[in-house]
Amino acid sequence: MASPFQNRPRPTRRASRLLNIGVPYLWLGLFLLLPVAIVLQISLAEPTAAQPPYAALWQWVEEGVLQIRLDFQSYRLLWSDSLYLASFLNSLQVALVCTLLCLLLGYPMAYAIATAPERWRLPLLMLIVLPFWTSFLIRVYAWIGILKTNGFLNNFLLWLGVIDEPLAILYTQTAVYIGIVYSYLPFMILPLYANLTRLDPTLLEAAADLGCRPLRAFLRVTLPLSRAGIVAGSMLVFIPAVGEFVIPDLLGGPQTLMVGRMLWTEFFSNMDWPLAAALALVLLGLLVVPFVLMQRWQQGALEDRP
Amino acid sequence: MRHLSVLLRPAALLLVAALAVPAIASAEERLHIYNWNDYFAEDTLADFQARTGIHPVLDVYDANEVLEAKLFAGRSGYDLVFPTMRPFAARHIAAGLYRPLDKDRLLGLANLDPQIMATLASGDPGNAHVVPYMWGTTGLGINVEKVQAALGEDAPLDTWGLIFDPENAKRLAGCGISLLDDPAEVIPAALAYLGRDPNSLAKADLAAAQALIEAIYPHIRYIHSSQYISDLANGDLCVAHGYSGDVLQAATRAEEAGGRVAIDYLIPREGAVLWTDVMAIPADAPNPEAAHAFIAYLLEPEVIAAVSDYVYYANPNLAATPHLDEALRDDPGIYPPPAVRARLFVPAERSSRELRDLNRLWTRLKSGH
Repeated sequence: MASPFQNRPRPTRRASRLLNIGVPYLWLGLFLLLPVAIVLQISLAEPTAAQPPYAALWQWVEEGVLQIRLDFQSYRLLWSDSLYLASFLNSLQVALVCTLLCLLLGYPMAYAIATAPERWRLPLLMLIVLPFWTSFLIRVYAWIGILKTNGFLNNFLLWLGVIDEPLAILYTQTAVYIGIVYSYLPFMILPLYANLTRLDPTLLEAAADLGCRPLRAFLRVTLPLSRAGIVAGSMLVFIPAVGEFVIPDLLGGPQTLMVGRMLWTEFFSNMDWPLAAALALVLLGLLVVPFVLMQRWQQGALEDRP
Repeated sequence: MRHLSVLLRPAALLLVAALAVPAIASAEERLHIYNWNDYFAEDTLADFQARTGIHPVLDVYDANEVLEAKLFAGRSGYDLVFPTMRPFAARHIAAGLYRPLDKDRLLGLANLDPQIMATLASGDPGNAHVVPYMWGTTGLGINVEKVQAALGEDAPLDTWGLIFDPENAKRLAGCGISLLDDPAEVIPAALAYLGRDPNSLAKADLAAAQALIEAIYPHIRYIHSSQYISDLANGDLCVAHGYSGDVLQAATRAEEAGGRVAIDYLIPREGAVLWTDVMAIPADAPNPEAAHAFIAYLLEPEVIAAVSDYVYYANPNLAATPHLDEALRDDPGIYPPPAVRARLFVPAERSSRELRDLNRLWTRLKSGH
């Protein structure tokens, strides 16, 4: 690594640099690598009916002999049973649809806030953030009251005369979509807003001066420049939505097969911690890939800039 | 200066009091209880504290699995837990998770129903680790008026056929059927309806049960283990596969809400699951003495009768029966007559492999994969 300092950095400076670099690495090691290592260790253990419910990976069998037992059964089962793949695919599909819906809803909202008069922006942003002051769980429960057969939505539509019979929305995948989009929409709007307010308005003026119509200017100037915001917002929605457990559990029906639910079943109903750990690691792997892609993309976006 | 000290003195006193209170509280003896939600009478804990000075701290769960995961992880910090005997407490005992009881301190054990103690002994040799708390059955919660409107006045109600006969299920789908989200409840019920051994693990039997459930599946409104309580009460369901006490709670709620909806609990004539919830002290409990004191308290006939009156479940304490509310004692859904009791069955023990296969079958059924 090329040092930005002189050839011989003074000791105090070197110490402060070490501290600056060391703290984030320590943080990563303590709160990311260590837990992942523990989960990895459990995933390679053999399940037993004891406390804890998995066998130790290693033990000293005799003087100076360490015996290590790695059990790859859990991973093999993940591979051989199609139910896990089905739940992965369904989770990915739900997360993808929800991310797109959040983007379609969130972009116009973020754009409207970013282009609103200065004095309106803060109150509008507050309206986006305000629901966070109520517990997430309570807000999801509230949707049960809205969506159920005898709930607000059905009664309202019946009263309007739009429908003759109550719609079955609660305990279906539709309810899961509604719950996830509602819960994660702010995570799409906030990065987009931050991105859109930083755009240079003179670029749009220049486009107009050169005879570009507003829609075309939006497509050619604003949209490409807000790419980083779109990517960041989409990742913030997509990643937690894949592993979401609470919303499908409360609003979803039995046909809502999601990986969070599978994990719960392995851990609680089947008492198989190693398999649950293996499932969690594979999920982590699946989520790291889009994250790395995002990093690349953002780097590309930075390099594209003139 | 004077008026300042007048203001300051109460403030200083308050401060001293505030500092002193936690000190007193921490010196107080505590008992950490982990129980099902709504499973004590309203004054059970307060009366215990008034009598013994031990401060009970209650946490609640709504699934045996949640309790089990905490026990297997170890150091749960609880002194007393209330698992269902089969299959849960039985495998906890086998794994050595519970401390043997000091029976010299539990003289009330003599009042417990010997028949129930005998069934528990098959999973807890010598009844060394657990004391039965409440027992009940898993049957059908029925909105009689709606079911008769759909099936006719003289349709038999005390049968699993309400759910498992595809013709009935189709006609009842409009007013709503729910199933418990538990393969260990639904599959034995389906096997009982088919006249087979409810605990069978034979491939042919499981396949028959699966085919039966698949046939009625389109007519099921939802599969959930507690939602039916409120839905039965407000008329959103007409047949619910549910726990006896939960259905009776729904019936009471419906009555309190004006009596427009009348709910009955019925034990199907083909037989039903009999379950027992037990009290046990985790091996690593911080305060086993207080846990023993609490079990002894719950073994008192008046105390446990008051709990039964409140939660609508039968207790195993024979001396408590005279203290029960008459309506409860005479309710065949709570205290079934001997002829009905003879048809009840206890869920069998499952190995972890069998457990996985059952859960897998269930997940596939539910998700259609």
